[in-house]
Amino acid sequence: MRRLRDWWSNPWGKPRFLVLFTALYLVWSIVPILIAIRFSFNEGRSRSTAQGWSLRWYSGDPDLSVLHDPALSTALLQSMRLAAIAVLVTVPLGVALAVGLTRWRGRGAGTSRAISLATLVTPEIVMGTALFLVFVHLLTFIPLGTVAQAVGHITFSLVFVVIIVRGRLIAIGPEYEEAARDLGASPLQALRLALVPMLVPAIVASAIVVFAISMDDFVISQFLSSGTATDTVPVRIYSTGRTAPTPAVNALATLALAFTLVVAVVGYLLWRAVRAARGGTGSGMQEFATLDAEPLR
Amino acid sequence: MPGSKRGDAFWAGLALPGVVWLGLFFLLPLYVIVCVALGTVDPIFQTPRPEWNPLAWDTGAFEFVLESVFTSGAAFQTVFVRTFFYVLIATALSLLVAYPVAYFVARYGGRWKGLLLAGLVAPFFISYLMRMLAWINLLQDDGWVNDVLLWIGILDAPRAWLDGRASSVILGLVYGYVPFMILPLYAFLDRIDRSLLEAARDLGASPFQAFRLVTLPLSMPAILAGIVIIALPMFGDYYTPNLLSGSPQTSMIGNEIYLYIKGGQQIPVGAALVVVLMVFLMVLMGYYIVSTARAQRRLRG
Repeated sequence: MRRLRDWWSNPWGKPRFLVLFTALYLVWSIVPILIAIRFSFNEGRSRSTAQGWSLRWYSGDPDLSVLHDPALSTALLQSMRLAAIAVLVTVPLGVALAVGLTRWRGRGAGTSRAISLATLVTPEIVMGTALFLVFVHLLTFIPLGTVAQAVGHITFSLVFVVIIVRGRLIAIGPEYEEAARDLGASPLQALRLALVPMLVPAIVASAIVVFAISMDDFVISQFLSSGTATDTVPVRIYSTGRTAPTPAVNALATLALAFTLVVAVVGYLLWRAVRAARGGTGSGMQEFATLDAEPLR
Repeated sequence: MPGSKRGDAFWAGLALPGVVWLGLFFLLPLYVIVCVALGTVDPIFQTPRPEWNPLAWDTGAFEFVLESVFTSGAAFQTVFVRTFFYVLIATALSLLVAYPVAYFVARYGGRWKGLLLAGLVAPFFISYLMRMLAWINLLQDDGWVNDVLLWIGILDAPRAWLDGRASSVILGLVYGYVPFMILPLYAFLDRIDRSLLEAARDLGASPFQAFRLVTLPLSMPAILAGIVIIALPMFGDYYTPNLLSGSPQTSMIGNEIYLYIKGGQQIPVGAALVVVLMVFLMVLMGYYIVSTARAQRRLRG
């Protein structure tokens, strides 16, 4: 108590108002989530008052738990499936696009750069409507459902790979691959032997970002869903969030969150390891948190 | 250099798959929206018939939308004005929250910086819908928000927070979007050269004057960028008002678009609404680009 009072009246310390403000912000942003997680372990049916502890809504209840209600378990699987597809396609596509756009100087380069940045400022509802109408009226060989949703996730997250990889490429500069070319390497060899090894941290980082975007995505997943079978976790939360009679939807959200966090933490540790191996210095979290601030510079 | 032209073709070839992808799944779909908005409707099945030929475009749906947008008191104008004010208030509140937090972490984070940043990044890995679900839980009639307010004595009776209240929708928007504003602000504030502040102090400025005359003007481009980053998606939001209110009294443009496109009836009207929204956002973006250029020029000159 005395230490607290000393801290408050110390005129040379950090600005106390800002300390308090930031602390309150963090509490406000995290605590509601913890409460939602707590309700998922309720023994009773309420989603607004604490009623004991149980795993009833995860696996215990024979009809309504995430494990036994197919509408909930398919949503979790669909989210994971889409995230996996999105990472596997978007990362190679985006890395090639980023390297190409950064080094390509000829005609069409400027326009291509502008198009990829335009996806960044396009609201999701515009992209969702556009893709919904194109799959229904023009590219009818792609039916609504998993493939259409995957195309949407890839299109939406591509620009983030471009931003992250491009930031790294600009930091590396053209010297390494020019040296490789002077020593007789073909462009492909220069790319494979000089550039790609230096891009590994950026590639890992963009995989994490694409994964998080895909798991979080709601609008595109909903516009391009073909029905309950292809609803993702956010779509399910949306359609039952207000009306659901049990905390099973909280359990579903908690499972999706746990999966996302585990993948993100493992990805972050991997990223920090490859970054250190490539000679990266300074605070890892600092660099990670500002990865996509590149367009501001 | 003899090899440079061949090298350029190599880089262009590397970009080609991505460019083709964006052409096929970004530009082409945008054209389809326009063709549906300017197309006709099948007289029997009520399904839209897109008109691919610009010479045969039918402006009926557009005229309907524009008339409703520009007639005072008409349905779409009410929704557009409401959306604009929701976004304006939510963006202003977000800035009031985001700036002090970003400023504190950037300047005074010290040895806690890593942990603080982890706290700021965490919302990116918690789905937006789950964060809204958390507030649905808390704002129920018998929820903890009412419990706390009754216990303190601010309320005499439980309040129906989820029953068509603009305040719930706006606070939901702030809660949902503020993390996306903090990180870019932080990235920028962290790079401000400390020696400029020391110079200001040496020249006799008070800490507040140093902030007002040095830090604030320097962070103007980041503030504008942060506003754009959260305002653009807010203009297309339909899930926040639907989850936290669900009443037509709080519906935003996104709700109208969703109703027309996914409701099945009058899809061309929905497509025309999307085009009107896009044009409006492009005007905003144009204003943003001009003001950023002006802010940067002022910093240099």
